Amino acid sequence: MSELRSGSNLEKVLKAGHFALTGECGPPKGANIEHLKEKGSHLVGKVDSVNVTDNQTAVVRMSSWAASLILMQMGLEPNFQMVCRDRNRLAMQSDILGVYSVGVRNMLCLSGDHQRFGNHPESKNVYDLDSMQLLSMVKTMRDDGKFLNGEDIDKNPKLFIGAACNPFAEPSAFRVRRLAKKIAAGADFVQTQCIYNMDRFREFMKQVVDMGLHERCYILAGLTPMKSVGMAKHMAKSVPGMDVPDSIIKRLEGAGKGKVAEEGIKITLEQIEEFKQMEGIAGVHLMAIEWEHRVPEIAERAGLLPRPKVE
Amino acid sequence: MIVGKQKPFEQIWDMVKAYGSILVFGCNTCVAVCHEGGNKEAQILGSLLRLKAKQEGVTIEIQDGGIERQCEHEYFKSVAEDIRKADAVLSMACGAGVQFLGEKFPEKTVLPALNTTFIGVVDAPGVFSERCMMCGDCILHLTGGICPIIRCSKSLMNGPCGGSNKGSCEINSEVPCAWQLIYDRLEGQGRLDLLDAQIPVKNWSHSRDGGPRKQVREDMKTGNETAAGKAA
Repeated sequence: MSELRSGSNLEKVLKAGHFALTGECGPPKGANIEHLKEKGSHLVGKVDSVNVTDNQTAVVRMSSWAASLILMQMGLEPNFQMVCRDRNRLAMQSDILGVYSVGVRNMLCLSGDHQRFGNHPESKNVYDLDSMQLLSMVKTMRDDGKFLNGEDIDKNPKLFIGAACNPFAEPSAFRVRRLAKKIAAGADFVQTQCIYNMDRFREFMKQVVDMGLHERCYILAGLTPMKSVGMAKHMAKSVPGMDVPDSIIKRLEGAGKGKVAEEGIKITLEQIEEFKQMEGIAGVHLMAIEWEHRVPEIAERAGLLPRPKVE
Repeated sequence: MIVGKQKPFEQIWDMVKAYGSILVFGCNTCVAVCHEGGNKEAQILGSLLRLKAKQEGVTIEIQDGGIERQCEHEYFKSVAEDIRKADAVLSMACGAGVQFLGEKFPEKTVLPALNTTFIGVVDAPGVFSERCMMCGDCILHLTGGICPIIRCSKSLMNGPCGGSNKGSCEINSEVPCAWQLIYDRLEGQGRLDLLDAQIPVKNWSHSRDGGPRKQVREDMKTGNETAAGKAA
C-alpha cells in the first residue's frame, strides 16, 4: 500500500500504522438535522471516521450521502455506506460521483439487510449488483477511471474502499475465502460484524493471517457495547449473523442492578486491549448504537485518545 | 413448470358476480400439476360458484370446461363456441394463458382465477417450490446447479451474505440459504475453487429489464399468430 489511494484521514491513519478507531452514526428517521448533529457532536475529534448508515435494517431514514455531508460540515470524516438493495448501477455510480464531489473520501460497500426486516417490507428490492461487484465497480471507477460500461469518467472518484465481513455467519469455512474475494474485488479496509465470541474470532484471524490477507487490507474489528441484558438477549436471538455466547449474557446478568451498562463497556474495553495486540487487526470499529455520547469515554478509557493527526 | 395459486374465493366471486353467464375455464398442463387450475379444479370452482350464487340469490349461468393448454392455438378450436357464448371467461391458466385467451377472443372479458406464482418443481406431493426466474442468462454451471439469482433472497452472485444462519436465509428459517446449498454441493463435488472467482455483473437486459421478450425459430414458423403476437 504505497501511495495514498484517496487521501482520507482514515487511510492516512491506517497507513501510518496507528491503531484506528471508527465510529458510527445512523441518520435520523426524518429531517431532524439537530438530532443528527447532536449525535455527531460527541464523535468530533474522538474517531478517525464515522460510518454513516444507508437505510440500515431496511428502515427509511435520511439518505446516507446527505447525512455524510452534514457530519462533514461539523468536522467529522464520513465513511459513506451504500447498500445494493435500493439502487441500480445508474443510481450507484451517480451517487458515488456525487459524494466524492462534495468531499466524501471513504465508502463502505454492503449488500444491505433484506427489506423484510424493515418498515417497507412490500417494496421491490434491486440487487442489480451484489456487494462484491459493487467493490469492484468502485475500484474500477477510482483506478481506471471507467464506468461499469467501460466509458471514461471525467475525473475519477478517489475513494478509500471498505467492505464488511461477518466471521460468524455460515458456511463458516467459506468466510475467510469470502473475505479474500472482497479484497481481490477492491476492498482497502474491512469492518467486521460485532464481535462477542472471541474464541471464534481468534480462530478466524489466525486463518486470515495464515493467508496473508491482513497484509493486503486493513481489518478493523467491529464492537458494539451491550447496554443491557435485554439487548444482549435480543442480539443473541434475533439479529441475523450475530454470535453472542451465553458467557457474555451471564456476565451482564451478574453485574447487578444499575451496573450492566458499565459491565458492557468493560467487556468492550477488554476486547479493545486484546485487539491492540492481535496480529492482523489494524483498529476497531465502534458501533455504539444510539449511545454516541458514551464513545468519548470508551475511547478515553481504551487509551485511544487523542486521535493521531497525520499530514 | 409454472405454478399458480387460486385467488381467494371472495375475490373471485367479486370479479364474476356481475356477469349473466361465465365460463370457468381450466388449463390442464402446468397449473393442473399443482392442483390449482386444471380442468378438474375448474369443475370444482364452477360448483362452488354456483352454490355461492344460489346463497346470494344472484342469477348467473355458470359453465365449466377446459383445454390442455391455454397458451397454444391448437387447443382452442373445439371450445371456441363455449367461449363465445359466455359473457366472461374465468380463466384458470397462468398469466400467459389468460392473456392468450384474451388475444384470441378480444371481444370477450377474461378474468384471472389464479395468481401465477413461480416456475418451480414438485418437492413432494402437494409441495412446490421456486427454482427459476427466467433471467435469460443462466449461470448454473458456475454455482453447482443451484440458482442464487432466485433462491438467494438478495440474488447475490458471489457468496452468502452475513445473514446465512444454520443453513437458513436471514429472512426466514424455513427458507434455505442458497449459498449454503451451493457451498455444500460444490464441496461434495470437490469444486469449491469455483467460488473463488468473481461472477461478474449480470447483464439484466436478457431479463424483463430489457423489455418484453420474444424468440423466433425461423425454421418452425407457419404464420397463424394472434394479432397481438404479430404486433409484438
